[in-house]
Amino acid sequence: MTTLPETTDRKLGLVIDLDTCVGCHACVVACKGWNTEAYGAPLSDQDPYGAEPSGTFLNRVHSYEVQPEDGAAQLVHFPKSCLHCEDAPCVTVCPTGASYKRAEDGIVLVDESACIGCGLCAWACPYGAREMDAAEGVMKKCTLCVDRIYNENLPEQDRVPACVRTCPAGARHFGDLGDPESDVSRLVAARGGMDLMPEQGTRPVNKYLPPRPRDKLDQMEQSAPRLDPVIEEPGGFLGWLDRALEKL
Amino acid sequence: MHPAPSVIAFTTLSGIGFGLLAWLGLGLPPVTGGTAFAFFTIAYLLAAGGLVASTFHLGHPERALLAFTQWRTSWLSREAWASVAALLVMAVCGAGAVFFDTRIPALGWIGSALCMLTVWATSMIYAQLATVPRWNTPLTPVLFLSLAAAGGALLAGQPDFALVLLPLSGVVQVVWWVRGDRALADSRTDMASATGLGGTGRVRAFEPPHTSPNYLMREMVFRIGRKHALKLRALALLLGYVLPCLLLLIPFSHVFAALAVGSHLGGVAASRWLFFAEAEHVVGLYYGKS
Ligand code: SF4
Ligand code: SF4
Repeated sequence: MTTLPETTDRKLGLVIDLDTCVGCHACVVACKGWNTEAYGAPLSDQDPYGAEPSGTFLNRVHSYEVQPEDGAAQLVHFPKSCLHCEDAPCVTVCPTGASYKRAEDGIVLVDESACIGCGLCAWACPYGAREMDAAEGVMKKCTLCVDRIYNENLPEQDRVPACVRTCPAGARHFGDLGDPESDVSRLVAARGGMDLMPEQGTRPVNKYLPPRPRDKLDQMEQSAPRLDPVIEEPGGFLGWLDRALEKL
Repeated sequence: MHPAPSVIAFTTLSGIGFGLLAWLGLGLPPVTGGTAFAFFTIAYLLAAGGLVASTFHLGHPERALLAFTQWRTSWLSREAWASVAALLVMAVCGAGAVFFDTRIPALGWIGSALCMLTVWATSMIYAQLATVPRWNTPLTPVLFLSLAAAGGALLAGQPDFALVLLPLSGVVQVVWWVRGDRALADSRTDMASATGLGGTGRVRAFEPPHTSPNYLMREMVFRIGRKHALKLRALALLLGYVLPCLLLLIPFSHVFAALAVGSHLGGVAASRWLFFAEAEHVVGLYYGKS
């Protein structure tokens, strides 16, 4: 059913910390690894070992250079996947009802058995979060690892999306963004979490934490002038050790 | 946006096909018998042929019937309903005119309205997309509807109407182009809002996610041929609007009429190619392109 729910009981989603992400692409690999053998059709690759490899991914990491007015440029790694929007335009355009948003937790999913592969939902998504699988002819997108987060066959610490579980930098957080008391909501409040393309009116659930302001090199010189060494020669036990070793 | 040949063929042919059906529904020309058969056959070949062509780009055409289910929210689904309704009602009108020498005016008007509704629904599939600012305007339905009406008049042999509607749709076309060239800039969506990093400084795409292009880039970050856009626009205007008008102004002959129709179809196809090839999808901003 492509009519969007008025409200959802919970708003499960991700909080991605652009300050912490090191751009290692581990989440991309973990996502592809889990989702190619879990929900729905596999994530196919075309010409994987050839000159023009291409494939379906539900999560991709971009890298941007940000040049402030003064000071050094910053490199920001930018993971991007479905933001599970509250006003998801990808859902309402779907002619078959294959795309839907769940009323219980807000996850946006595709029922692949009903998808005709028209691609209109991918056109409607501003974020490039939907990709048509070239082998299967159906639309693939992030499921928020719906088959992990409620999976009682997995140990408790694994019941989070594969990308969150794998991130070595701790740059990805999963939780209920509809509950103001949840860890993720408090993180968003504390760090000024933001929406991508707010003017598109999609009201994304996923939030991005902006990079913290960087120190400026010249300011550092002023605030902390280099200290002169207090003694040239080390004394005490270390001094003795140093001299003893010198003699050997 | 990637200009898929099947979609260009579909919107061009079915647009003019439904336009012709709409004129036939109004009883212009008031054909019956064999002539009616010829007119209705051409109209159905164009309209239905276009619809069939549009299924070629589907990943799973065998499930196409499911596309009738979501008319509450989806313009694609509404288009499916409108087109089937229009084709059915006009089939009754056509059968009446061809086999029984009778026209049922009320039914014809309903059929015409349904034909225009179909073209409107088709145009709304594009016009609804905030992600493609060039399309996201009420001018898009105006463009599609005026083209269908003008092309239909041309095909229906209504030179008086065609000579008004062709220049009119030409003007709409030019206005649509001029607005479109500013649309992305006016949409307020740029790399700063896409990444949210604009507050820190000027944002530049440093590294794409992968070393070779993906579905998103092939489908939505299509940029080939934009440098010929101006030439193509001139060609579209000339073939689609100016030449057919000139051919209509000289004394009538079937050869010139056929030439006018062919030229118009070529011009509309060129304009549809540009409709897609020039359209910037905002996802291109994540790739540092537009
Ligand atoms: S990010 Fe794109 S695919 Fe995901 S819900 Fe929003 S519009 Fe739909
Ligand atoms: S590609 Fe599939 S999920 Fe997307 S709009 Fe078409 S039918 Fe719906």
